[in-house]
Amino acid sequence: MCTSGKYSSRGPALIPRMKTKHRIYYITLFSVVLLGLIATGMFQFWPHSIESSAEWSLDRRSVHDAPLVRIPVSSPIPERGDLSCRMHTCFDVYRCGYNPKNKIKVYIYPLQRFVDDVGVPISSTGLSREYNDLLSAISDSDFYTDDVSRACLFIPSIDVLNQNSLRIRETAQALAMLPRWDKGMNHLLFNMLPGGPPDYNTALDVPRDRALLAGGGFSTWTYRQGYDVSIPVYSPLSAEVDLPERQPGPRRYFILSTQTAIHREYRVELERLKEENGEAVLLLDKCTNLSQGLASIRKRCYKSQVYDYPQILQESSFCVVLRGARLGQATLSDVLQAGCVPVIMADSYILPFSEVLDWKRASVVIPEEKLPEMYTILKSIPHRQVEEMQRQARWFWEAYFSSMKAIGMTTLQIINDRIYPYAARTYEEWNNPPIVKWSSVNSPLFLPLIPPRLPGFTAVVLTYDRIESLFRVITEISKVPSLAKLLVVWNNQNKSPPEESLWPKVAVPLKVVRTKENKLSNRFFPFDEIETEAVLAIDDDIIMLTSDELQFGYEVWREFPDRLVGYPGRLHLWDHEMGKWKYESEWTNEVSMVLTGAAFYHKYFNYLYTYKMPGDIKNWVDAHMNCEDIAMNFLVANITGKAPIKVTPRKKFKCPECTAIDGLSLDQTHMVERSECINKFASVFGTMPLKVVEHRADPVLYKDDFPEKLKSFPNIGSL
Amino acid sequence: MQAKKRYLLVSVGACTLLLAYLWGIQMGEFQNQESPELYRVSHVPVIQPRTPHWLESLEPPRQTYLGEAEQEEDGPLLLHQHTSPRERREIQKNIYKSRRCRMEPCFDFGRCERGFKIYVYPPQKSEAPSESYQKILAAIEESRFYTTDPNEACLFVLSIDTLDRDQLSSQYVQNVRARIQSLALWYEGRNHLIFNLYSGTWPDYTEELGFDIGQAMLAKASADADNFRPHFDVSLPLFSKDHPQKGGDKGYLTLNNVPPLRKYLLVFKGKRYLTGIGSETRNALYHIHNRDDIVLSTTCKHGKDWEKHKDARCDRDNEEYTKFDYQELLHNSSFCLVPRGRRLGSFRFLEALQAACIPVLLSNGWELPFSEVIDWSKAAIIGDERLLLQVPSITRSVGHDRILALRQQTQFLWDAYFSSVTKIVLTTLEIIHDRIRMHMSRSRPMWNSVPGGLYALPEFSSDPTLFPFYYSPLGKSPSQDFTAVIQAVTPLQYQQQPIFKLIHAVAKSKFCTQILVLWNCEKPPPPRNKWPSISTPFTIIEGKKKTMSGRFFPHHAIKTDAVLSLDEDSVLSTNEVDFAFIVWQNFPDRIVGYPARSHYWDSGKGRWGYTSKWTNEYSMVLTGAAFYHRYYHHLYTYYLPMSLLSMVDQLANCEDILMNFLVSAVTKLPPIKVTQKKQYKETMMQQGSKASRWADPDHFAQRQSCMNSFTSWFGFMPLIHSQLRLDPVLFKDQVSILRKKYRDIERL
Repeated sequence: MCTSGKYSSRGPALIPRMKTKHRIYYITLFSVVLLGLIATGMFQFWPHSIESSAEWSLDRRSVHDAPLVRIPVSSPIPERGDLSCRMHTCFDVYRCGYNPKNKIKVYIYPLQRFVDDVGVPISSTGLSREYNDLLSAISDSDFYTDDVSRACLFIPSIDVLNQNSLRIRETAQALAMLPRWDKGMNHLLFNMLPGGPPDYNTALDVPRDRALLAGGGFSTWTYRQGYDVSIPVYSPLSAEVDLPERQPGPRRYFILSTQTAIHREYRVELERLKEENGEAVLLLDKCTNLSQGLASIRKRCYKSQVYDYPQILQESSFCVVLRGARLGQATLSDVLQAGCVPVIMADSYILPFSEVLDWKRASVVIPEEKLPEMYTILKSIPHRQVEEMQRQARWFWEAYFSSMKAIGMTTLQIINDRIYPYAARTYEEWNNPPIVKWSSVNSPLFLPLIPPRLPGFTAVVLTYDRIESLFRVITEISKVPSLAKLLVVWNNQNKSPPEESLWPKVAVPLKVVRTKENKLSNRFFPFDEIETEAVLAIDDDIIMLTSDELQFGYEVWREFPDRLVGYPGRLHLWDHEMGKWKYESEWTNEVSMVLTGAAFYHKYFNYLYTYKMPGDIKNWVDAHMNCEDIAMNFLVANITGKAPIKVTPRKKFKCPECTAIDGLSLDQTHMVERSECINKFASVFGTMPLKVVEHRADPVLYKDDFPEKLKSFPNIGSL
Repeated sequence: MQAKKRYLLVSVGACTLLLAYLWGIQMGEFQNQESPELYRVSHVPVIQPRTPHWLESLEPPRQTYLGEAEQEEDGPLLLHQHTSPRERREIQKNIYKSRRCRMEPCFDFGRCERGFKIYVYPPQKSEAPSESYQKILAAIEESRFYTTDPNEACLFVLSIDTLDRDQLSSQYVQNVRARIQSLALWYEGRNHLIFNLYSGTWPDYTEELGFDIGQAMLAKASADADNFRPHFDVSLPLFSKDHPQKGGDKGYLTLNNVPPLRKYLLVFKGKRYLTGIGSETRNALYHIHNRDDIVLSTTCKHGKDWEKHKDARCDRDNEEYTKFDYQELLHNSSFCLVPRGRRLGSFRFLEALQAACIPVLLSNGWELPFSEVIDWSKAAIIGDERLLLQVPSITRSVGHDRILALRQQTQFLWDAYFSSVTKIVLTTLEIIHDRIRMHMSRSRPMWNSVPGGLYALPEFSSDPTLFPFYYSPLGKSPSQDFTAVIQAVTPLQYQQQPIFKLIHAVAKSKFCTQILVLWNCEKPPPPRNKWPSISTPFTIIEGKKKTMSGRFFPHHAIKTDAVLSLDEDSVLSTNEVDFAFIVWQNFPDRIVGYPARSHYWDSGKGRWGYTSKWTNEYSMVLTGAAFYHRYYHHLYTYYLPMSLLSMVDQLANCEDILMNFLVSAVTKLPPIKVTQKKQYKETMMQQGSKASRWADPDHFAQRQSCMNSFTSWFGFMPLIHSQLRLDPVLFKDQVSILRKKYRDIERL
């Protein structure tokens, strides 16, 4: 009792004591334990759980958690880099293999923090935001592989974008320590700011064996053509400032200079240029009178006038990009983004991605010596061309400069193109902006060739069951001197073609092919039996064309082998009331289509029609049993950009058998249906490819007052 | 209480111990993971088994790569670092010499300010240069760049033959070093151009020339990318001594077969080197030879002592070699293998190109001919010697459309740059010319698309949309208006003169934005009020030299794409003008005109004949009434040699024939004749003024001889016949005239 009393009496006394002495101790202890447990738990289980799931995003460690690697002082240093390296001498192409996709595989080394013997990092900045973006972009791309044994190209995660932040010797040692380094073979380094004071080398000074260098600021003496890749100096402003695309055209200023680090000599010359040309030239410099807080990078000044940078770049037609200590300038990127045409003055500079990009279309390169003549040189460029250049400059920026991702992907694509040159992207793919790609036409038959008269043409007659008329057509065509072969396409599955003995006797080979289905498309099928380039598609009821007319048609086709050459012409018109296309037949002064009831064309178009017809046009034609000729006209005009050629006055194909039906009503439904076809096809093609012309081809002496018997083609029929 | 306290302490202690243990394990694991990397990383490749390979950080690094000081472009802090630009340029001139030459330090641009003129040293007395070198020099001397005055020259060409620098060759010229040093204008080779086809000799075939070229540019066949000075040297194709001086054979492709496959897929027939440089590739060819569609046949039988080095396959190879005919293979194969020989380039390359056999190049390090301007990926498959075994699958994977395009491109390139020595030389010169006028040079598409760089003169404009050739690939069309250029030779006397009618008719066309009268008459031009009053802008230009060629001078006043060229006595109605212009818009690269003429081969006299008779075909249209692109004025004046232009001026004749020659040579297509009222010809002959040259009997004979002179300069007959005439769609149709748009053409 007493004791308990004692306890109880001391109890209260104890608690306050504990409060002061031990409570804090206990609480800290417990929280340490608790935190420790939680931390342990996290450490124990979290990483393991990710290993099983391939989910990227869950693994977000900090840069500072990257494993630390200590570089021994005696660690080997790579060689300086061989200036004679080329893909066939310093690159191991066997690692890339032959694959149907023609795509290289790129491996990225795991991130490590390299420190020297005493623990000082090899780089003052570590991983920069830009290099991080670059690596992320590559790892998200098709190029990436995590399987080091399948990789063709290796990218170290050592950031060497800016040489100034690097300790050169240690960085080189770190490179050599990479597990697959192997004399730098197939390794790719990205560097944007090479060299350092006082002489600023134009390539990264870090010794790197045979590694490829994607460098910003190469000069012609350090760039190993076909091996290194010249890349832009990325401008971080791109990410910060959104400059909307401006319509190309004249701007407020003609020449603008915004660089702040221009050599005195050049600034003097620029100032002289300004004196001579006044308002047309705007020469900006760093602001000296700005209060401290303002970001000086985003401001430029002329005397006391303050301008926003890079917005001001959009106010000028041409923008000066002069070399500084280095050849590559981040300003170039800003200038392109603004759609201003860069005037590049940096002798011996290898322009970014010059292996594939045609800088003549987006910039003006002037030797430094000619700086005083800049104004005259730029004035001599036609306005239209300046506008094209402005558009091109902006497009280059969007496609190849705008982000580290764009820069990285372009670099890899260039290397990819070297390894699979037969599958490389073409000049046009690299350089034509979407608007040109969309509007330009590169005919697949681009060589100006006039095919020889021999071997003649193959007549392809589509028939169903009008045998009598078919035989008459065959007899008529067989009189044409240049006919090489007759091919009858028998489109009737229920009936066999007549026996061989019944067919008319003709001097040229006659072949009959039977089709599996009664489809209109069959007439344009590229039968192996067609051995000539020239095809005459003809219906089995076209008996009115004379031999002279057909031979003349063939002669015209020889002069225009990439066009449809036909007889009756047709026209499409825009119906303003209905707001759609309309089909027009006879008696127009213009022509945009020819009927394929009888038309010459290149066999190539049979392949296009059968295998490359866009959308569901082929099925539509077969389902409607109509408009196969309109489809063919669309196809040819779309791919060649050229109108068909109508020959001779022929206006329609009269078919005696059809006249029984009431012409008029048939005509009207017919016209409606054909109009519908035009609208349908125009929407599938996404444009109206047909071209309208006002001419037709006649023999030179047609209707001339000249003895008929001396004319080559006297018998040109009437309408 | 003590117990309780102790209990408490014990439990806390136990907890701490447990924790410490767990930490220990954890740290231990961590250490175990890390330690091998720390110590063994340089010896053993550590491949991390985990997916995240390089790492995505918790938060992306904020620091930009530029760093603080770098934000301001190169950092002005650095005391303006760079040395004076002027000094730097001087330093570069001293550092970058010989093998490291580039245009800026090694070429004196100052010499070229008065134009790109080329001087050839007077011929050496001692010995005549080789046949090929004579052709090269002749080509330069006939070109528009040639000068005989070394003081105005921008580029110098040696008369010493440097083509064959193989010491074992009979054509090797001795003492080149001494001879060059003795040249007064050598200046260490600055602004000199040296041609070379063969360098080095057996056994290593280095690129040694046997003399120091100093700062001279080297135009060289089989150039190795290693020694090639980019944008300074020029890579030539290897051509034989039989290569024609001019004109040259056409490509063999006359029609585009579809599908574009030939009998063989890939062929090669040639020597195999048993030992020494370049032997590996050819020795391995038998691996992919299948005797079916891939025929790669080699022989060891060449040289003196081949039997000494003979290997196991030689006899079999030699026997099979005789079974295949080189020409047969060449013309019947889709692809032709062009492997390196002793040197990187071979004759085979041009042979394949001409035969429209797509070259498959296996010659690592070869700087392809004219690689500075020609995009070879459009005409050849560029392979890798190391990957010979992939060649069959690569060639098989090329799609039909691509083959079609590649094959056409081989023909275009052959014809544009390679078919004659003159073309090869001119291409070399134009490449250098382009470097000198950098901002006024041809763009890559101009070099790589029809009609090619030699016909697309960049002095006209640097803007490709102003040329007649690129409308469709650039998605453009020619401007909707034209300038009428009337050549006036007779003084104005009375108001009924044909020129008055003509001006009225042309001015009425809604497409006509301007009328220019070229006053080529001895008397001074009459004042404006004597001329018809029309609203269309009207200008009289008095030529300084009143010559025939003056009518095609590219006057600045001509701003429209289309030019309507007219004689003062031409008779045209507004309808005819309008129709011809509408037609021209569809054929902006051709001449579109009215009266036509024809040429024919006069086998009796062995020369070309000219006829103005009515024929069923024509190959020229008279430029007394014709539309064409204004670019042809430029081409006529600056592309054609003085010899032809002065011939035209002296005769006061043939200018129209020359224009037709020129345009057909460029386009490889005939002109286009459109319909006209029939009295044209008669008026030309009779109603014309006294001075009309058509009345002169000599006139016709002159035209005949002009044709033959022109043909010999061009090196081939460029004219091409056409059998068609373009008429309005409803021309002479039996429908109401009211339906017709061009009514006047039919009215008599």
